Amino acid sequence: MKESSLKSIKDLPSTHVLGPGTPTCAGCGALGAIKIFCDILGEKTVFVNAAGCMTLLTVYPFTPFKGSWIYTAMASAPAGAQGIRDALDLLIRKGRLKPEEDLKVVVLTGDGTAYGMGLSSTSSAIYRGLDFIYICYDNEGYGNTGYQFSAATPHAARTATSKGPGGYQRYKKDLFAIWAAHRPAYVATVAGAEPLDMARKIEKAKDLKGSKLFIAFTPCPTGWHFEPAKTIEVGKLAVKTGVWPLKEYIDGKVAHTRVPLPKGKRPLVEEYLKIQGRFAHLFSPTRNEKVLEKIQSGVDAYWESIV
Amino acid sequence: MICKLLTGNRAAAWGARLARADYIPAFPITPQTEIIETIAHWIDEGRMDSRMTTLESEHSMITSAGAAVTTGVRTFTATSSQGLLYGMEMIYTVAGWRAPFVLVNVSRALSAPLTLEPDHNDVLAARDSGFLQIHCATCQEVLDSVLLAYRLGEDEKVRLPVIVNLDGFYLSFTREPVEIPDDAKVDQFLPPYNPGETRFRAGDPISHGVAVLGGSQYSYFRYETHLASLNALEIFEEASKEFEELFGRSYQPVESYRTEDAEVIFFMMGSFATKAKDAVDRLRSVGRKVGLLQPRLLRPFPVKAIVRALAGKKGIAVIDQNISLGKGGILYTELCSALYSMADKPVIVSFIGGLGGRDITREEFYEMVAVTMKAIETGEAPPPRLLYSKEELIQMKGLQSIARVEQRKGRGKR
Repeated sequence: MKESSLKSIKDLPSTHVLGPGTPTCAGCGALGAIKIFCDILGEKTVFVNAAGCMTLLTVYPFTPFKGSWIYTAMASAPAGAQGIRDALDLLIRKGRLKPEEDLKVVVLTGDGTAYGMGLSSTSSAIYRGLDFIYICYDNEGYGNTGYQFSAATPHAARTATSKGPGGYQRYKKDLFAIWAAHRPAYVATVAGAEPLDMARKIEKAKDLKGSKLFIAFTPCPTGWHFEPAKTIEVGKLAVKTGVWPLKEYIDGKVAHTRVPLPKGKRPLVEEYLKIQGRFAHLFSPTRNEKVLEKIQSGVDAYWESIV
Repeated sequence: MICKLLTGNRAAAWGARLARADYIPAFPITPQTEIIETIAHWIDEGRMDSRMTTLESEHSMITSAGAAVTTGVRTFTATSSQGLLYGMEMIYTVAGWRAPFVLVNVSRALSAPLTLEPDHNDVLAARDSGFLQIHCATCQEVLDSVLLAYRLGEDEKVRLPVIVNLDGFYLSFTREPVEIPDDAKVDQFLPPYNPGETRFRAGDPISHGVAVLGGSQYSYFRYETHLASLNALEIFEEASKEFEELFGRSYQPVESYRTEDAEVIFFMMGSFATKAKDAVDRLRSVGRKVGLLQPRLLRPFPVKAIVRALAGKKGIAVIDQNISLGKGGILYTELCSALYSMADKPVIVSFIGGLGGRDITREEFYEMVAVTMKAIETGEAPPPRLLYSKEELIQMKGLQSIARVEQRKGRGKR
């Protein structure tokens, strides 16, 4: 693997491929992440979208994308990508499309789709070796419908459908492991708050043949209940506290691209939790030590297992 | 041109091959599977320059079909029954994309109860989707309809996907002599797919299937699609005329059989209409003035042609091989709405039969004529009839008593 040309944050493009003026909420973490994807992937793309917040990026007759776009349905965006990839390959082979008119096929879905309804079509696309990029913007819930819990929602989070005293009782599904188990060309977790790490991973993956999949950690001010100005802070804390590991799967191996400070030196998970309204019930009216410890020990156990 | 004994399924596959379909997204389901098996075999042998991708579901299959057409390739696919329903979200969606391709549906009755044999509830579930629908009664019609369907759907005044329907088992697995047209003539009839400006390529971006805000924009696109579907009536006549000149076979949106001086008309579609044809011949031989009107094009619904064909008739026996539970025959409802404003309209009698492949016997056709004659006499149509015989009921009672004995035995063991 050649070394990245992106050495520092200053190497990231200063002009953006994605246009301004979208109808996303203020401080939308997903929009920031998509911006970086577009900057690195360039204009020769077709985005294949499934139902979610980002569906509203393209509303007739406007689009912020410089490339093409198609909205499919919640369950089958990877199948749409399959049809487009197959058709482009056929057209090039039969001399009906110039190779320079080829496009990168990019699936864009939220976690509700990626962790649930779209998992079958994604599994099958990877299994068939589909040459495509999958971006899952993970805001840890069904954001576009008013933030109900999804299979990506973390333990104890309050959502519109887990308002009980303990919040959401189940645990976040390990989509990275599920995707990696299919042995695709590339899988990575990224965070909008860590643009350099993200840009490097996109750059590394974009010209690999086969399925390249990304789970982007994208804080959601409206669903997670924090001030829109704090999106980056929330994202950075998720990485620093070890809640959101930045890693990649390539050539059959998983490698962490950023390892937080060792236990005792890294900030506690509660630093990340307490700035979000969805976890407020863990701190007020009384601290819920039991749950806070459970979450902290879960994170600690993860990093012990990999170091 | 060569003539071969072909099943309905193989005739459908021949249609795709002659149309030079580039792309075949597939998923197996009985009784359609022989179509994709045949095409897969031809691709392996290098007799079709196409790509087949087996998806993991019909929902994905129809998504990839629509997406591929949107990228600019001629696309063919096939399904049946549960598969069509599993993909129904995308049936509506790809019609909205205005993605013209051909989907052959091999009709099979819907679950529950689960069965393999045909009726038309599967394809009629797609009635309001924007897909055009051509219903076939013979294997030759299946092949020819696939070619006509591409001409129709790809026409720039239409730009809609098309379902070509044939009945499972009765047509899918029945061999009939089929004329296979010459490649060169087919190429003349059906030039390569021209996607125009609406296709994905670098340097010329487009957005497809995007969201709209509000009912006004939504209505605009829905009306536009509806009007495009209606345009297909005129294009069908044009294409069919050219088809006849090239291949010598003529197809009308509604097929009339011995209707000229007929007083009673059977109105039905699909392969079971050939049973009605036989009944017409037999009734004619004893002096009964009976005919058959068979809609080939169900969407768009050829109202004018139907009204023209039924002007001056006294009675219609509509035979629905489907049932809208809680309402009755779907074709009956469609016909009634088409004839409502007609002066001196005929008496319309509704019969439901052939569900799940149940046979419609010659005697039942005779009886339907008798019931319709009586309705003409009294000027009053009887309530819809559900075809079912005393013998069938006795058999069913027998099965139920076995089921009860087995159930008791099972309980005894526990």
